[in-house]
Amino acid sequence: MTTEPTPTTLPFDGNSAGESLAGDAWRRLKQNRAATFSLFLLGLIAIACVAGPWLTPWGLNEVDWNAFTAPPSIADGHYAGTDANGRDLLTRTLYGGQISLSVALVATLVSLVIGVLYGAIAGYMGGRVDNLMMRFVDIMYSLPFMFLVILLMVVFGRNILLIYAAIGAVEWLDMSRIVRGQTLALKRREFVEAAHALGVKSTTIVTRHLIPNTLGPVIVYVTLTVPKVILLESFLSFLGLGVQEPMTSWGVLISEGKDMMQSAPWMLLVPSAFLAITLLCLNFLGDGLRDALDPKTR
Amino acid sequence: MLYYVGKRLLQAIPTLLIVITVSFFLMHMAPGGPFDGERQLPAEIEANLLATYHLDQPVWKQYLLYMGNLLQGDFGPSFRYKDFTVTELIMQGFPVSLELGLWAIGLALLIGLPMGIVAAIRRNSTVDYMVMGTALAGVAVPNFVIAPLLALVFGVLLAWLPVGGWNDGHWRNMVLPVVALSIQQIAYIARMMRASMIEVLGSQYIRTARAKGLAEYEVIWGHALRPALLPVVSYLGPAIAGIITGSVVIEQIFGIPGIGRYFVQGALNRDYTLVMGTVVFYGALIVLINLIVDLLYSALDPQIRYDH
Amino acid sequence: MLKQRALLGACLTAGLLSSPLYADTLRISIMGEPASLDPHKISGTWENDVAGDLFEGLITEAADGERIPGVAESWEISDDGTVYTFTLREDARWSDGEPVTAEDFVFAFRRILTPATAADYAYLLYPVKNAEAVYSEGADPETLGIEALDAHTLQITLERSTPYFLDQLSHYTAYPVPRHVVEEHGDAWSRPGNMVSNGPFALQRWQSQTRIEAVRNEHFHSHDDVALERVIYFPIEERNTALNRFRAGEIDVARDFPTQQYDWLQDNLPEATQTAPFLGIYYFVVNSRDGHPTADPRVREALSLATRREVITEQILGTGEEPAYSFVPPGVSHYQPQQPEWVELSQDERMSRASELMQDAGYGPDNPLELMLRYNTSEDHRRVSIALGAMWEPLGVEVDLYNSEVAVHYADLRQGDFDVGRAGWIGDYNDAQNFLSLLESGVANNYGAYSNPEFDSLMVEASETQDLDERGEIMAQAERLALDDAAVLPIYYYVSRNLVNPSLQGWENNIEDIHRSRWVSFED
Repeated sequence: MTTEPTPTTLPFDGNSAGESLAGDAWRRLKQNRAATFSLFLLGLIAIACVAGPWLTPWGLNEVDWNAFTAPPSIADGHYAGTDANGRDLLTRTLYGGQISLSVALVATLVSLVIGVLYGAIAGYMGGRVDNLMMRFVDIMYSLPFMFLVILLMVVFGRNILLIYAAIGAVEWLDMSRIVRGQTLALKRREFVEAAHALGVKSTTIVTRHLIPNTLGPVIVYVTLTVPKVILLESFLSFLGLGVQEPMTSWGVLISEGKDMMQSAPWMLLVPSAFLAITLLCLNFLGDGLRDALDPKTR
Repeated sequence: MLYYVGKRLLQAIPTLLIVITVSFFLMHMAPGGPFDGERQLPAEIEANLLATYHLDQPVWKQYLLYMGNLLQGDFGPSFRYKDFTVTELIMQGFPVSLELGLWAIGLALLIGLPMGIVAAIRRNSTVDYMVMGTALAGVAVPNFVIAPLLALVFGVLLAWLPVGGWNDGHWRNMVLPVVALSIQQIAYIARMMRASMIEVLGSQYIRTARAKGLAEYEVIWGHALRPALLPVVSYLGPAIAGIITGSVVIEQIFGIPGIGRYFVQGALNRDYTLVMGTVVFYGALIVLINLIVDLLYSALDPQIRYDH
Repeated sequence: MLKQRALLGACLTAGLLSSPLYADTLRISIMGEPASLDPHKISGTWENDVAGDLFEGLITEAADGERIPGVAESWEISDDGTVYTFTLREDARWSDGEPVTAEDFVFAFRRILTPATAADYAYLLYPVKNAEAVYSEGADPETLGIEALDAHTLQITLERSTPYFLDQLSHYTAYPVPRHVVEEHGDAWSRPGNMVSNGPFALQRWQSQTRIEAVRNEHFHSHDDVALERVIYFPIEERNTALNRFRAGEIDVARDFPTQQYDWLQDNLPEATQTAPFLGIYYFVVNSRDGHPTADPRVREALSLATRREVITEQILGTGEEPAYSFVPPGVSHYQPQQPEWVELSQDERMSRASELMQDAGYGPDNPLELMLRYNTSEDHRRVSIALGAMWEPLGVEVDLYNSEVAVHYADLRQGDFDVGRAGWIGDYNDAQNFLSLLESGVANNYGAYSNPEFDSLMVEASETQDLDERGEIMAQAERLALDDAAVLPIYYYVSRNLVNPSLQGWENNIEDIHRSRWVSFED
């Protein structure tokens, strides 16, 4: 939005050079210990969230009538304690991770698709179209976004996927600006002009040449959007507008736990730890990717 | 300059129009109405109430009516808080939210900028990792956890500061909410500052400055700081929006009579006029803030002139 | 008991609670921001906390909730129980020094029942002659059965003899309003600066969402007996915030605390933690409308049998709630508590009977019953609803939970869009009729549309019965019918939960959870 990022390489077409670009970035990412470790941890958390609920001895909504708000115990199989309804906290946390992560991915994906297409089209068309499209983005920026999200939740409360698709539909603004900036710079380069001269269709140029070459900053931005959406989800949970029983999410679990921080600290600590580690890892990964993909920081 | 400001303010009109329209119809789409409650009102009374507030009319008529009143600066009565008008409620709550928000953003800049600069200069050193790790901890925990934690530790257990309440803005009552509100922004600002500082330090003209043999602090203060600040300045708009959002949580937890609570309660109570009032007010505020931020940006960046 | 508490309290105060800044200021956290301070425009218990300190009705509440004379000094009731003649105190004054007259009461009663005032709660005055006609049929307010015989004599005529009418006169719907001020300021009369009231305290300041301050009313007739100089009410919705502020010594009384913290509170603040039976029933409505599986009484009874109320009260809530098997709470005057006959059965016997009933109704493991359970947003409701789902699972019941905010929740209940729905009822006054009328056919708050002609005719019979005990027996008969039909699913009787600074004297728990600030003081 402020500095228009310059394209990172001089690829001639998307393929062979693109691979070496990716390979180069990967190599540099691997040198960044914080980022690789984060990537590893994220993978671990994702696997645990997907597989975990089947492996824990208790079911998601199974009530242990003998253990309400019970502290962690190996003997009972409540490795992270139980919640105030006697349900196994570890199972719920892992399951909540599925919801939190998929919600974040859905929202990010929606913002990615809209933002990249919108930005690429604006940048490629240029001139009056670009001007008009960017004016619209400016207007969207002035919306009291959070208030609209709360209103959306009040209206469509029960359908979470719809809601997060809607959040994604508002989160695309930054993305579109980044992609537009990239595209503006790219389209003056030789390989795009060459494609033009060869009579390649505009849509093909945008999808085959321009968008692949904006991927670097976009990937960085994605790693930053995912934590943003996860936090947003927890914020909505705090307001009582989060996902509904019997489903759960990290945000819901944390906002249940925060009231018990003194009497049943595990209820706050367990889901918070998962959330915090995930967010930290995503942020480190994002920083690492930025460094790896940006030639200026070499 | 004046021409530019005027143009921007004119452009704000369609923005606000969209804001008002979207939130008006969203609010009226929400299930339930302002007079639905635990106990059923007699049909006659409910009809009477609906007629008083014109809620028995078709929605498009209500919309026109609302816009008409709005043009005259009338936000209408609150459905829920019967002793106050919406304008009065906003005028009571806004100074509180503003004071809280300004302190929070001030604190975020005061701490976030130096953290980012230090981390950038000592890039990839232990200092960098420690500073950024601390900053990141702020984004890793939701502020609705941080706030009660602060209240518990500093208010209840140590009893250094009040746990809640506003007390007409006494500084002691403000410390915890301001800290809780700024923690997330400190993290964002520190990271942004670090990234942009690194970028500037790697640029050609800093290398030139170094080559000329300038002292390191001179390079940083004299040459690098100003351009490195630009992304942070342009982030101030979103940052303030973030603070407003956060204040919804903070105001609720610390019992502060700000405007954010009105919005959430209005939305939950279907207090249409109160919700609309806060949305319009904040819409206008964000437009204004964005304008100020852009002007500030132009003051810092010599390449941008708005006169022509 | 009180002394002992105070003594222990003194020790505790030194340790955990910092003592109040001024010993003559009481700081109370109330559960929400009042919608108004106009007694005609309020409906919440938290509003009652404030309004009851600012105003005084003909009858008022003592520290223990007993009804005692307020503005009325004495009264006579006609033999048929329909005409009440009150003699008002000569020294009753508004906070601006003007005398409180019978005219003020006449004005107030007419005002609250005028449709344009749109008072939510006006129907409580329906026992007054013509009140219903004025409120909902547009009759002339002048025809209302209330008359000022002279400045200090007030006569109220009722539709029919109403045994609980005197109790009701202490309710805020029956407070006087200052005619001279209302006529001057219109609807803005109750705002700070304008407001004039006749109670022990007078409004001084109201900063929306943060504090309401009232000072001792020098014109109050018994102001010498009021110990406090000032009362500050803090509207705090977050129960945990209220708890934290109480622990930090920033407030002296918290009018509620989070149930989950009860164990912790009992361990750490035992002297401050007050719970007491409360005149209210927490229940689930079962939808009796055609087309809902719960229209079948066998299904309703099976659900009730499988509901382990002791688990809910002890494990899930655990703040001393009593498990409820009847609709009318215990402790209601002139009323014998009722129970369904199966209460004697053990849990295993109940379950096997429930399974049989479900089988008879055509449900079982191979034909599971899917139920839509609605609850409104709240931590406790959520937890109870989850527990119900788990308890009914062995019967082959699959529960879908639907959560919504209060406004939407009750709108949905009224429309009948549910099978089982969370509800609660706090008695407006201490009488069984106030509860049982919720089960009469066609009553607005009868969410489940339960309808039993026999029940209805018993209730009519009761309303025409003068003798209080005989009347109670007839209503008990009606309740037994409803319990046999499993008309509702009672879960527990409410308890009141308060945190009270142990150095506060004069605080007495009572079944209506009414605590007027004029009775309390700090020990020296």
